[in-house]
Amino acid sequence: MNDFLEVVVVGIGNGAVYAMLGLGLVVIYRSTGLLNFAQGELSMFSTFIVWTIWNAGVPLWLAILGGMAGGFLVGILLHQVAVSPLGDPHEKPLAVVIVTIALFLALNGAAQLIWGTVDKRLDPLFGQSQVTIGGVAIQWQKIGAVLVLVALATGFVLLFNRTKLGLAMRAVASNSESAGLCGVPVPRILMLGWGLAAAVGTVAGVFTAPQLGLGTNMMQLTLIFGFAAITLGGFDSLIGAVVGGMVVGILSAVVPQYVSTFERMPLAPAFILILAVLLFRPQGLFGSKEVQRV
Amino acid sequence: MSLLEVSGLRCGYGIVEVLFGLDLSVAEGELVVVLGANGAGKTTTLRAISGMIPASGSVRLDGTEVLGRRPDQLLSAGVAHVPQGRGTISALSVEDNLRVGGYQRSSAEVTEDLEMWFEVFPRLSERRTQLAGSMSGGEQQMLAIARAFMSRPRLLLLDEPSLGLAPLVTREVFDRLRDVTQQMGSAVLLVEQNANLALDFAARAYVLEAGSIVVSGSASELQGDEAIQKAYLGL
Repeated sequence: MNDFLEVVVVGIGNGAVYAMLGLGLVVIYRSTGLLNFAQGELSMFSTFIVWTIWNAGVPLWLAILGGMAGGFLVGILLHQVAVSPLGDPHEKPLAVVIVTIALFLALNGAAQLIWGTVDKRLDPLFGQSQVTIGGVAIQWQKIGAVLVLVALATGFVLLFNRTKLGLAMRAVASNSESAGLCGVPVPRILMLGWGLAAAVGTVAGVFTAPQLGLGTNMMQLTLIFGFAAITLGGFDSLIGAVVGGMVVGILSAVVPQYVSTFERMPLAPAFILILAVLLFRPQGLFGSKEVQRV
Repeated sequence: MSLLEVSGLRCGYGIVEVLFGLDLSVAEGELVVVLGANGAGKTTTLRAISGMIPASGSVRLDGTEVLGRRPDQLLSAGVAHVPQGRGTISALSVEDNLRVGGYQRSSAEVTEDLEMWFEVFPRLSERRTQLAGSMSGGEQQMLAIARAFMSRPRLLLLDEPSLGLAPLVTREVFDRLRDVTQQMGSAVLLVEQNANLALDFAARAYVLEAGSIVVSGSASELQGDEAIQKAYLGL
């Protein structure tokens, strides 16, 4: 039993990271209606910014805030330089998606040029120590990840539902043309969406790096899990990203442990989950179904 | 000086020209209609004025050139636009749609106006928290009109409110529109196919054919002129 619980704890720790990445994906989806394939590389890039600041002797938590600010600016810059010139993403969705794939490659290459190809070491934010609860050892880092995730998700829920910026982002996602006619400065809202998604991505990277090593490819598998998380939770649901991330994390930890077929293909449970959700409940657990009367 | 002064407006999609040097004007508080058949360029005219599509020529608001501005910038200048198909933001609730309409105003003003519109349109009040996309066409048209007025525009551009509505519902929409514009004192530039209703509503009318204005005059003149009605309005 304790073995099982320990595997679940590992899953929850991983799931929190998938959920954080999922939050970034949902933020972009909610303002543009598109999936951002560069989300993982954005968070890798800003985690390197965190490392650079931390490596210069700044406390880690302060470096993380610095990295979030840096990520915010990188997100805005990329949007202005590469995404915005294409025009409204709602009119040319395919072009924008292809550009996010190009940004994936560009960010990866840029990071290799700047920081090299040898993995860096980033300390865990909540240290190495652990507590034992009911016979199950839990690292503080995992508890911290869940708490940070809850704080981020709460922050975004409040942003989307209680602020004018959030209202504008929801309006632009649903009907950018009408939002513009209502006086919403659409290009600026899209730009801010990119900045926010990149900023939250930083946190996902900061929790991934101590585990996998800070390298330019560290977020690529995580992104797949992040996609699985939001597919399960619903592309436009913040709560869905959190629940989906947890489910995907636990499933991906538990299934290979007990089903020998999956031992050598740890990604398979996530892919099967994506497939099953798309087949049987395409809007996900918490996603909104498109309602339209003509 | 007119509130809106459009002159020599040219515009098209790709190599297809739709408007060939269109001239029209709307005075402060005036109700003006542009009539025309399908494909005459009515919707294009409004889209060009509010900056949704690139155009050349001149669009002046209070004498200031506004051509080339984005729709949200035109809204700051006092021009609201209800697009063809009503532009419902379907994933937002009715109330949130109205709030977006007041995006450029302070939240105190928005809350105040919100209550006013819920009184004017009780149907919207009943459906306050419902997703706007799930309402009937007539209700969505009322919502679109109320949402445009949330910005307290000086000029409302209104694109074929009768589209897809049953005749009775269309009549109701026009009745409410008349009351509301009277109350708010906004000028309206309406484009319509339904000439009868539109001429009842407006004070002045233009007839658009194949991208240029072919007839203009007071609404009562056009209503009384059988030759014009036969030639252009199919009445």
